[in-house]
Amino acid sequence: MKLTVRVWRQRDAEAPGAMAAYQIDGISEDMSFLEMLDTLNEHLILSGEDPVAFDHDCREGICGACSLVINGDAHGPERTTACQLHMRSFADGDTVDVEPWRAAAFPVVKDLVVDRSAFDRIIQAGGYVTAPTGSAPEAHAAAVPKEAADHAFEHAECIGCGACVAACPNGSAMLFTSAKVNHLAALPQGAPERERRVLDMVATMDAEGFGGCTLTGECATACPKGIPLPSITAMNREWLRALRGPRR
Amino acid sequence: MVLATRTRTGRTARTHGRPQARPPSVARLFWRSTLGKKTVMAASGLIMLAYLTAHVMGNLKVFFGPEEFNAYGHWLREMGAPVLHREWGLWLVRILLLAAVAAHAVSACQLSRRDIRARPTAYAHKRPRASYATRTMRWGGFILGLFIVWHLLDLTTLTVNENAQPGRPYENVVATFSTWYGNVIYITAMLALGLHIRHGFHSAAQTLGVGGAARDRALRAAADLLALALTAGFIAVPVAVLTGVVS
Repeated sequence: MKLTVRVWRQRDAEAPGAMAAYQIDGISEDMSFLEMLDTLNEHLILSGEDPVAFDHDCREGICGACSLVINGDAHGPERTTACQLHMRSFADGDTVDVEPWRAAAFPVVKDLVVDRSAFDRIIQAGGYVTAPTGSAPEAHAAAVPKEAADHAFEHAECIGCGACVAACPNGSAMLFTSAKVNHLAALPQGAPERERRVLDMVATMDAEGFGGCTLTGECATACPKGIPLPSITAMNREWLRALRGPRR
Repeated sequence: MVLATRTRTGRTARTHGRPQARPPSVARLFWRSTLGKKTVMAASGLIMLAYLTAHVMGNLKVFFGPEEFNAYGHWLREMGAPVLHREWGLWLVRILLLAAVAAHAVSACQLSRRDIRARPTAYAHKRPRASYATRTMRWGGFILGLFIVWHLLDLTTLTVNENAQPGRPYENVVATFSTWYGNVIYITAMLALGLHIRHGFHSAAQTLGVGGAARDRALRAAADLLALALTAGFIAVPVAVLTGVVS
């Protein structure tokens, strides 16, 4: 396959960036999108140019490191992560636009790499269970109904990639935050800190400069793990409940 | 052993040892939060929606002739009597509506400014995001705000209604819809209203946390039905004047 790849190039956080076009040949349709970028970088290095910086780690769709907006879609045209997207989703001769996540809370570090530490701070605000750690507890010590376990797991699947923020026209982190809130609210282990958790996580989400939710549904469409849109509704419910209940 | 398994208290862990100021009041926490402002928008929107439902039913009385419509108009001033003094009921409704419009507009402005700041750079590869109703919420809301001002000047204070006569609402409605601009302004605004309700009602349900996967289809259907019924009901009046059914 022969492609024209237009990539966002930005030297560092302060430098102004621009889209740069590259012609690339010899792409196999069995390559992943990241392998296509690896091939492009090989050419760039051989010709003495600066390779395109992009985040990647596991390359099997479970770590949440890759963060590319491909042709205007977070993670590209398929409902998966960019590393699991294959070049067969494109046609020979296509022009492909590759951009970083765009949000005020996710500043560009270089090229396609953005700083997603705002997500870490939301998790630090309450996305955990305060419990004595040590050896794993006896599995039957805390009984969890099957429905609750399934509901919790559906939300625990969030890999924190940030596609929801990238897709949202308001740069909102509601879907990400709601995934963790719903995950822990469904389990007995999360119950003692249930109210404090949602209040603190939402406050941090706001403080980090993410936008509000206008229910466009773009986040849930982009999410590679299929976190559903009603999770946001459930978080709104949790937040209003926590505001009424004991919070200190 | 006891010491080894004791955890830090939640507060120490959260503030990383920094001294913490007095926690903000619930009202402050509520208004500062995007979720709180969205709740204000949802609640004020539902108040206005309830009013519009009553308003459209009153409007449709125009089809029963000038006597019934004008009598209804006069009753509005007697509403709540004899408990309330003349026009007090009407003014209570007006104050509630004014508060709802103000709360809705202030929240919308603050949230929109925040949303625009949160996404300072647009994508180079453009594609339409969200449905038409969703994308037009801000401009649609602004248009509706302007419409309310014109509507009050036209049929409440009669300032811009050239052929208006005080105390004769039926004749004034006919006068408004006998001008081309009256029809254009009104029908455009009512189409914007339908779009606004279509997205707004469903969103309000989500914000207030009453939606859910199981209820989503019912809520969307209710939003579409409300939008359609209100738009059709309001537009029926200018169409009736245009076609000579009401004159």
